[in-house]
Amino acid sequence: MRKKQTTPVQVLGRVALYVALFGWLGTILAPYLIMLLTSVTPQAELQTAGASLLPKAITLDAYRDLVTGTDFLIYLRNSLTVVAIAVPLTLTVATGAAIALSRFDFPGKKYAMTGMLLAQLFPAVLLVVSLQGQLRTFGLLDSKIGLALVHSAFATPFATWLLKGFLDSLPRELEESGRIDGASTWQVIGHLILPLLTPGLVAAGTYIFILSWNEFLYALTFTASTDSRTLPIGLHLFIGEFQIRWDLLTAGGVLSVLPVIIGFFLVQDRLVAGLAAGAVKG
Amino acid sequence: MAQSTAVRRRTRAHTTQAREAYILLAPALILVGIFAAFPLVRSVWFAFNEANPFQGIVRFVGFDNFVAIFKNLNFGRYAGNTAFWTLGAVGLQLLLGLTAALMMNQRFALRGAFRGLAMIPWATPSVLVALMWIWILDPNHGILNKILLGLGLIKEPLELLSRPESALPTLVAVDVWQGIPLFAVMILAALQGVSPEQREAAAMDGAGRWATFWAVVWPVIVPTVLITTLLRLIWTSNYVDLVLIMTTGGPGISSTTWALESYLTAYKSADFGQGAAYAVTQAAVLCIFIAIYLRLTRDDGSPR
Repeated sequence: MRKKQTTPVQVLGRVALYVALFGWLGTILAPYLIMLLTSVTPQAELQTAGASLLPKAITLDAYRDLVTGTDFLIYLRNSLTVVAIAVPLTLTVATGAAIALSRFDFPGKKYAMTGMLLAQLFPAVLLVVSLQGQLRTFGLLDSKIGLALVHSAFATPFATWLLKGFLDSLPRELEESGRIDGASTWQVIGHLILPLLTPGLVAAGTYIFILSWNEFLYALTFTASTDSRTLPIGLHLFIGEFQIRWDLLTAGGVLSVLPVIIGFFLVQDRLVAGLAAGAVKG
Repeated sequence: MAQSTAVRRRTRAHTTQAREAYILLAPALILVGIFAAFPLVRSVWFAFNEANPFQGIVRFVGFDNFVAIFKNLNFGRYAGNTAFWTLGAVGLQLLLGLTAALMMNQRFALRGAFRGLAMIPWATPSVLVALMWIWILDPNHGILNKILLGLGLIKEPLELLSRPESALPTLVAVDVWQGIPLFAVMILAALQGVSPEQREAAAMDGAGRWATFWAVVWPVIVPTVLITTLLRLIWTSNYVDLVLIMTTGGPGISSTTWALESYLTAYKSADFGQGAAYAVTQAAVLCIFIAIYLRLTRDDGSPR
């Protein structure tokens, strides 16, 4: 270790670093702050001219109108239903695939790995055209289950990749001894692998949740009735419908982004590490 | 690779192992196969047929759909818009994301919390990103125009999204805002692989910051930079949400990208065949970037 002597240039450098960092952070967070402030500003005040970001009075009227006067709660319930199907389904199939890819050796393994990687490159715009007819054939068009299945298929490759990376980092000694003691593969998975995999499952689950909760193009194309439309589509309709009610629109925005931000913050360390590892290995 | 145990076991219980592996793998393969791989192949097939949302495939037309989209008078404009949108957004994200990553790699207070906050746009629904920026850029009541007018920098409110010359650049700016954090965090993760000793050694040899960066830091992060750039190129060129919500490609076709035109042709014009042809053409162009990537990484001997 080398002793550091602080020169005026270094001090200036530190100051510049902090200014740049917090300037950037400000640019990132400002739109969210503006949205939050707008949502609690009285409607009449928004219509007046003049630069006033801070509302003179704070009101929750917009939130009340949103809940009582629009279909917001239905969209919210639909979104919750879709993620409640998509997250466990994706986790189940991705865990199986990840265990197979991490712990087993079998013919075609290389192709399965490459396929999972290539699947991340599927352009949604290309898929959307033929998926629509296919969902209609299955009777899954304009249905929450249909949308959840599509989200699930879309999230599976990366979730598998994330879980495989996590499994690769777990020690195998315990499983080896379990096998020597005569445990079957399924017992080893159920009693030894799954408990250790929990943190990985939480990270992958959050990734799937964010993807499904935010997804727009499939939801826009495959849902047509209020009963199956998710929050992003509801917000999109609101933009067309309530163009002068920015208090209402921003209130809807605040409520729909809160779950993802909370979820993201709970697991951000692991999720970011997984994303980074996935990219580096890919 | 830690597969020596697996290799040893293969001789003993090869078939059982393979069977169990296939059972574990099957649900994922079935799900992805039915709802992603098969539709992908079928979409490509659509491009060679006359097809619409109501009847599905009507008849095989060979390359007619491709000829039609190439002959379209707006073809050049769509291509130019797509290049501007994709290369502009990804180029700026790379440049600014790299800068941000190098800054975040310095030691400073609350670094963990900072990284978390910086990633928020990544987790934000595209509709909400669009909604926030439509509101900020609103000509009548938006905060940006209020501030600029208040400072006396402009006389008339800027109508950034409804002018042909500014619509696409504005969309690029919003996408850059949303995309920098991912780049920054990816590169930041890669920067952890730079050994302090090498940095010290370069500094001892009298290398300046710039020279140290190119000699010591860049070789370590280049694989990450390349793969992230490739993935972002693919995603950004296919990303229609922002454009669809904020301008629907307008005014006129001034912000219509290839991917958006594919979607609009398929749904607004009810022509699945031509819509698929746009998407297939774009996928073919993207293959060029994938080829470049594979070439670059092979010469490098990285990654894997």
